[in-house]
Amino acid sequence: MKEELTTAIASWGRYPQVAQHSQRLAWSCEPLPRPGSALLPFGLGRSYGDSCLNDQHTLLLTRGLDRFLAFDRKNGLLRCESGVSLAEILALVVPHGWFLPVTPGTKFVTVGGAVANDVHGKNHHRAGSFGNQLRAFELLRSDGRRLRCAAEENADYFTATIGGLGLTGLITWVELQLKPIVSPLIEHEVIRFSGLAEFFALSLQSAESHEYTVAWIDCLASGNALGRGHFIRGNHATTGAPLRPSKPPWLTIPCNLPRRTLNPLTLHAFNRAYYWRQPRKSKHRRSHYDPFFYPLDAVNHWNRLYGRPGFFQYQCVVPFAEGPGPIQEILAAIAAARQGSFLAVLKTFGSIPSRGLLSFPRPGVTLALDFPNRGAATLNLFTRLDALVGQAGGALYPAKDARMSPAIFRLSFPRLEQFIPFLDPSFSSTFWRRVNP
Amino acid sequence: MKKVVVFGATSAIIQAVARLLAAEGASFFLVARNPAKLASVAADLRVRGATAVHEADLDLNDVNSHQALIADAFAQLAGVDLVLVAHGLLGAQARAEVEFAHASELIFTNYLSIVSLLTHLIPRLEAQQRGQVAVLSSVAGDRGRASNYVYGSAKGALTLYLSGLRARLSRTPINILTLKLGFVDTPMTAGCKKGPLWATPAALAPRILAAIAARRDQCYLPGFWAIIMTIVKLLPEPIFKKLRF
Repeated sequence: MKEELTTAIASWGRYPQVAQHSQRLAWSCEPLPRPGSALLPFGLGRSYGDSCLNDQHTLLLTRGLDRFLAFDRKNGLLRCESGVSLAEILALVVPHGWFLPVTPGTKFVTVGGAVANDVHGKNHHRAGSFGNQLRAFELLRSDGRRLRCAAEENADYFTATIGGLGLTGLITWVELQLKPIVSPLIEHEVIRFSGLAEFFALSLQSAESHEYTVAWIDCLASGNALGRGHFIRGNHATTGAPLRPSKPPWLTIPCNLPRRTLNPLTLHAFNRAYYWRQPRKSKHRRSHYDPFFYPLDAVNHWNRLYGRPGFFQYQCVVPFAEGPGPIQEILAAIAAARQGSFLAVLKTFGSIPSRGLLSFPRPGVTLALDFPNRGAATLNLFTRLDALVGQAGGALYPAKDARMSPAIFRLSFPRLEQFIPFLDPSFSSTFWRRVNP
Repeated sequence: MKKVVVFGATSAIIQAVARLLAAEGASFFLVARNPAKLASVAADLRVRGATAVHEADLDLNDVNSHQALIADAFAQLAGVDLVLVAHGLLGAQARAEVEFAHASELIFTNYLSIVSLLTHLIPRLEAQQRGQVAVLSSVAGDRGRASNYVYGSAKGALTLYLSGLRARLSRTPINILTLKLGFVDTPMTAGCKKGPLWATPAALAPRILAAIAARRDQCYLPGFWAIIMTIVKLLPEPIFKKLRF
């Protein structure tokens, strides 16, 4: 049944707002619907910008494809439909001593979305990205073909679909290799650092000793304090505790907050307090994996903090060869514009090659920040940041983007021409049409 | 561990219920028409902890097959604790008003096929002196509304049949549960406009299990439908007939 054009479905950043049709999928064995407009799979809508939107066209809502198909408890091999969320996987596999081999900063994404965006986690330097954990998946094309894709089977569709932004067809099921754990706890350590040079030294030093590394940056600090933050590193605990999965969120933001809730004053105060909360001397802690990996999942709809205009996220990666220079300049530009927010994350990507033709992760340093939507002021800042990223030979992340130019998209993805032949002719997205005008 | 027979195993509501039972280690005998869909439901329940899952793909309108089907279920599971009857057809009211074949199909699937199943099933439950039957009926069976009275009449007949059956079995340990569901957001109702009265299968499933555990006779789900339907049933016919809903 075809539904009317509505603006009811938004991406996580709640910008842009578009009018689109939607159809719910309930069975992975059924053929694709033929609504007469372009299709785009939509899972939990955790992409920030417009890569999960399909203005004037049709979203295929995949959350109804939520069945597990096989779980080899001995070898940690899991096959499930593409609408299953990472939270549901954890709830199933943690009690049996297994864990996601790679997880992004929220567990409320579908496994299909994790493939389509080739998401990464805090262990990229050890494990690569989500696509590196896949054994196989099935791709349903609009011509009705069902392609089993793996490294050695339909390898071209395999590499096009990993990071392929849902544009190569519908992923119906995914098979992935889990990793064994003996405890749900993470032993971690938070180290305060006062500048980027220290961050680079800590990253280098921790790559061997720690599976998970990430840094929070005070993106509003300037001058001498520029680039200060906390370096967080951790490993799975090797001694037991009951293998309990996570608890449901404890707080819900019920509605959009006034757009001025997050203003320079409150954000400065938050960032400063957060920075000084961590004493000079590092602290060792043991905590459940849930607050370690998914601190924001504790607050339902935290995106409503940014109010009706929504917010942007800006995530770039800059090659190691450029040293701390470009990141320093980017942080200086953000601090000077007084635009950043409280979520600024710095992380090094390792050298394991991403499998996808359009995969974002590549060796270098990646910086991700939230920005309240202040219209032209925010967009102008991004244009200045793009220039810095472009000069450094870096790239932007489509999953976080609502505004990148066709030019920087091309610079970011040199294998774009190889990808184009694998686009499904019936699939498209607002993002795709924007960067390929 | 519970031994559960499910008629209409691909129903969205009953999948949500079966997932909870699977996590407790239940064994299943699943019946549904579409073998590919049935296979994916069975696989899901196995992964979620079901002790055993047997599949039978069959159109439940084929009443001649019911006797053998039920014999098979009892043989495969070696006894049955719980029977969930969930198959149904919403159909199209406008078509059923002018096309007897469609009206008859609605009544056959939603009422007569269940009478046939229960006719073969109840003697076996009586013989084993235990068992529960939970049947998905509907608030549509409480009073004939202009917008879906053909479907509603079948559900109404079903509710009456179950009420009489329950009375007949009142001195046995067998429990008959009539689940009068309100609006549920499922593939069966994909074409309906949704509003605040709609519930999701995942939210209903634990309440259905609670009603089963409490061995209730009948219940409205979600519970607020008890109030709505009390009012709807009390409305005098001269007023009721003029309402368009």
